[in-house]
Amino acid sequence: MTTSSEDVLLSVSHVRFKKGDGTLYVMNQRLAWMLENRDTVAVSHKYADIKTQKISPIGKPKVQLQVVLHDGTCSTFHFVNPAGADAQAKDRDQVKLLLQDLLPKFKRQIDGELEMKSKLLSLHPNLKHLYEDLVISKVINSEEYWNTPTLKLYTESNNIKQEAGVSGAFLADIQPQTDGCNGLKYNLTQDIIDAIFKTYPAVRKKHSDYVPNKMTEAEFWTKFFQSHYFHRDRIASSSSKDLFGECAKMDDHAIASAMRHTTLDLTVDLPSFSEGAPLADEEPPERGDSSIHRNMIKRFNQHSIMVLKASHKTNSSSNSNSSNKTTNNNKVIENGVKETNGVEKRPSEEPVEGPPDKKRRILEKLHYEDLEAPTEDPETQELKLSKVERYLLGPSSQVNQTGPNTNSPPLSALASICQAWSSGQQCSRPARVSASACVAALGELSPGGGLMRHHHAASMSQLIPADVKSELHRIYLSGGELIRELWRSFPAPGATDAAAIARAHGFYDALLRFRNLKLRPFEVNIETNILSIYTGCYKITNKA
Amino acid sequence: MKLTVDGLLVYFPYDYIYPEQYAYMLELKRALDAKGHGLLEMPSGTGKTISLLSLIVAYMIQNPHNVRKLIYCSRTVPEIEKVLEELKNLFKYYEKSQGEMPNLTGLVLSSRKNLCIHPEVSREREGKLVDGKCHSLTASYIREKHERDSSVPICQFYEGFSREGKESMLPFGVYTMDDLKQYGADRNWCPYFLARFAIIHAEIIVYSYHYLLDPKIAEVVSKELNKEAVVVFDEAHNIDNVCIDSLSVKVTRRTIDKSTQALQHLEKSVAQIREADAARLTEEYERLVAGLRDAAAARDADALLANPVLPDQVLDEVVPGNIRNAEHFLCFLKRFIEYLKTRLRIQHVVQESPAGFLKDVSSRVCIERKPLRFCATRLSSLLRTLEIPDPSNLSSLTLVTHLATLVATYTKGFTIIIEPFDDKTPTVSNPILHFSCMDSSIAMRPVFARFQSVIITSGTLSPLDMYPKILDFNPVVMSSFTMTLARPCILPMIVSKGSDQVAISSKYESREDVAVIRNYGQLLVEIAASVPDGVVCFFTSYMYLESVVGAWYDQGVVASLQRHKLLFIETQDSAETSFALLNYIKACESGRGGVLLSVARGKVSEGVDFEHHLGRAVLMFGIPYVFTQSRILKARLTYLRDNYQIRENDFLTFDAMRHAAQCVGRALRGKTDYGIMIFADKRFSRADKRSKLPRWIQEHLKDSLCNLSTEEAVQICKRWLRQMAQPFTREDQLGVSLLTLQQLQSTEQQDKIHQQVIQK
Repeated sequence: MTTSSEDVLLSVSHVRFKKGDGTLYVMNQRLAWMLENRDTVAVSHKYADIKTQKISPIGKPKVQLQVVLHDGTCSTFHFVNPAGADAQAKDRDQVKLLLQDLLPKFKRQIDGELEMKSKLLSLHPNLKHLYEDLVISKVINSEEYWNTPTLKLYTESNNIKQEAGVSGAFLADIQPQTDGCNGLKYNLTQDIIDAIFKTYPAVRKKHSDYVPNKMTEAEFWTKFFQSHYFHRDRIASSSSKDLFGECAKMDDHAIASAMRHTTLDLTVDLPSFSEGAPLADEEPPERGDSSIHRNMIKRFNQHSIMVLKASHKTNSSSNSNSSNKTTNNNKVIENGVKETNGVEKRPSEEPVEGPPDKKRRILEKLHYEDLEAPTEDPETQELKLSKVERYLLGPSSQVNQTGPNTNSPPLSALASICQAWSSGQQCSRPARVSASACVAALGELSPGGGLMRHHHAASMSQLIPADVKSELHRIYLSGGELIRELWRSFPAPGATDAAAIARAHGFYDALLRFRNLKLRPFEVNIETNILSIYTGCYKITNKA
Repeated sequence: MKLTVDGLLVYFPYDYIYPEQYAYMLELKRALDAKGHGLLEMPSGTGKTISLLSLIVAYMIQNPHNVRKLIYCSRTVPEIEKVLEELKNLFKYYEKSQGEMPNLTGLVLSSRKNLCIHPEVSREREGKLVDGKCHSLTASYIREKHERDSSVPICQFYEGFSREGKESMLPFGVYTMDDLKQYGADRNWCPYFLARFAIIHAEIIVYSYHYLLDPKIAEVVSKELNKEAVVVFDEAHNIDNVCIDSLSVKVTRRTIDKSTQALQHLEKSVAQIREADAARLTEEYERLVAGLRDAAAARDADALLANPVLPDQVLDEVVPGNIRNAEHFLCFLKRFIEYLKTRLRIQHVVQESPAGFLKDVSSRVCIERKPLRFCATRLSSLLRTLEIPDPSNLSSLTLVTHLATLVATYTKGFTIIIEPFDDKTPTVSNPILHFSCMDSSIAMRPVFARFQSVIITSGTLSPLDMYPKILDFNPVVMSSFTMTLARPCILPMIVSKGSDQVAISSKYESREDVAVIRNYGQLLVEIAASVPDGVVCFFTSYMYLESVVGAWYDQGVVASLQRHKLLFIETQDSAETSFALLNYIKACESGRGGVLLSVARGKVSEGVDFEHHLGRAVLMFGIPYVFTQSRILKARLTYLRDNYQIRENDFLTFDAMRHAAQCVGRALRGKTDYGIMIFADKRFSRADKRSKLPRWIQEHLKDSLCNLSTEEAVQICKRWLRQMAQPFTREDQLGVSLLTLQQLQSTEQQDKIHQQVIQK
């Protein structure tokens, strides 16, 4: 950890840190502090790690500068220039100004990610413990930590943000308030505006057309609230004065085109329900669009449809229910049969999409699940647990976990990885671990195995005090995580990838470090009856 | 499982059976044995269709001489498709357990619109257009023309069928619409004509009511069907209205205008032909003189499914002299239309009998009854002679000739009402001539007379004794089955007052009352807040729905409703409604939940099922009485009173209650399903209304649930929903509402089943 390669932008002596006087260096990449007459850097903060800097208010006897890191820790530097308070303040301001320049540069690149990580850690105490055990104690480094599958699960799933839908009543919720005289006041928040835009693209278009060129934001919304478009019980005035008269028409068009492009599910396709009596000279009932109520009903339907659409837009790809099938291959399939023109027969292997789907719907409709014998369907029989931990450890071990979504299931995941391993064992692996070792590990780790039994026995008999238990739990999780990472980094069969082997070695070392750093001291502390768990753990680590 | 029903071995394609299914089969078999008619009510979702099919198919296989054919009529296209899939299922089971399919053919007959595979014609979305286009490609004279001039387009599929199709029979099996289309496409045969041809030989036919009940179609399609057949009318709770509609004609000023136009068009073409090819007209005349009726059977493609049925004696007679000549006939028609026109020019309502109408026609424009009776036949003959390529735009004229034929044929059971304006808009002149059938037995009678057994069945036929009266038949079996349930999976409730204790009711005096509307709104909001997923509401009429929604908007009910669920409303435009419905389903499936406001007697209430989460609660706002001020209804009520001794009120209540039951029954589609049924009207708790609900609903409608306020109802709902949310397994059902073969055969269970059947 030398600083020789870096440029020192500023060095300030007479800076006290934790009761030791020394020199503060402001360098290219980081902030460092060295005790007087020493060679080693005692404090070193990368700028990227620094969240903010704080300074003591003017007039305080102590002139200090504090940097707050992203992980919440902070370091306080006390400027003790013997030349007096002014000189101290001057020193401090120099540092401050320089940092002010430097920090934002680093902040930008890394901030988002860090912010997310720290948020994640604070949200999930489990992960935080893991982080503390593994990273802060330097068993593995931070990058490795964030790359473990457990953490990936969190980070990645969090990346896909679930967009909030639109409340069905958002328009109705904009309650006007009388302002004392004859006016009405509407309170608009950004959320409401977003909801309006999302639901009514036509209004968004109008908005972008008119604001701010032709009218102000406020005028626009005033007009909006005055329009029939908002007050659905008013009839659209045909005059062109109403800004939103067009919007209603645009909505009508949008809905109409959506109607045309939607293939209706046969169970709701009312027009084709009945086989029309040939005699009846049917004509659509006179559509009195002038009726307020009728118009209003239409608007209610449109509103609901658009609200639904607005919230479906974001996750439309994820679920395509049978009911909202919108097949756009109408052109190809006419009336259920592929277009043929006499001479050429349709290729028989080409699937006709329409009918099987329809058939499936019909079968679904007439299916009596209780009349049929239970079918052994391997796929549906598979047990899928969202909270494996709870299942395996029982609720007792959950006591020390706060958040409801602490589903970092190292044990089961570990077990499943082992399982995957042992099942794929036939192929020869570069001899890192023998199959039997894996199976043994699996046995130890799966419920009923030595490891589990002891853990259960311990937690059930309440022999260990709560703090020890939580400690145990933490260590267990950390250990599990490490071992899992170790398994993961085993190279794939056949591939003699040096890097992967190196990685595996790295984790093996990390595991050993973990043992030395965490397990040993812990081991000393606890009673002998749960020691065997750790011997189990050791067994695995040793095997690896 | 293979079970024995009263000595008959029945293959039932499931491993378990509901007790009521077995009871149903027992009753059904009695009807078949007696070769009589039956009336059977069994709740929806208890597997009516499969019980019917398995028993009748088994009966046909084992008693081939007694029952040769099964004609299964259902109401909507999806229902028909479901029946076919169930039949397929059954056939598969036969194949699995016997090694081979039963030697039976089952197929569907539907309109051209659903069966056409012609690349251009099938693209039309409207049935009438498809029919017209098809006709213009397949009519015999078009095909003759094509022989001379190959540029005249014809339908290759029809040609293919007429070349090869008529010799071969469909192989045994079940053919759905898609199967038929596939079969046709593979062989280059027209599926529609294939089906038309095949129903004569097929053992099982599934089609829509109209093909049997509407005399105009029945004569063409179903005339040659075997007499030794079982006819099943499924979903038959509305059968009387179908009968009446099929024989009623409505003439507006527009109809008159259009038919006048059509008539002019015809005159022109007659004149043209007279000049160009007089021989053709003469030939037709000669044919009519000779009494040779058109060889329609040989040229079935020409027959537009639109000839009114005539009593046999009419068919034997020849077309009277004064309309044999084409010009004379057109002249005759013109006179008749002019007469109708003058009749529409009135200021006050006129009601008269067909006899009076005939007399008036005769005295004013000198038209006798007899030629009038032949109008429809004569017109179709003329159209054929004139080789009108696409007769679909002559529909108004056809309608008028049907009116002429009907009015001259039937004197009893019909009435003619001419209204100068709509009652809602007395200032706008909009004259309508209703030729209305009042007796549903007229259309039904030929069916009862012709076929050996007619089974009328539905989920809601209560009160059962009404149907034999209005359809005028004597059933040998008449039973209502309940649903055996292992848990109370329906929760019927009568909410009679709002939280402010104001009685709620849709009766005429109070329906516009603000308090009533507000209470309805409050009830709906509370239900929407406490019931998950879908909630469906039915209003008594579309007008009422509109005004209530308007009032709700003003009262803020709509806003608070939208806070809980998305709101969808049925409109009079069925395409729009379909789209709203689709989105309602989406809303329910996405977890947002939806409220659907709908109308009793509307399309939604008749054809759409809201199973499982699509309808956790159904609310019936008010009693869905038919609009009682309608003159047609009044005439019908009078007729029923005079001829069948049915009191007006009895009939009205019966009609209202069957629709109410139909609406609330939409929610429950099986034993694993569950749903709340709320009858929100004070009058429902009266004995005369309550007792007319189907038995399976009545059983759960305890006295304690009959006079609730909004809060009480919501409390009960919440408790019940919690109960229903518990896991429900087969073991819970087994032995109670679900039986294995062993359980079914135990004497104890048999006794129980026999007790359950209530015979009226």
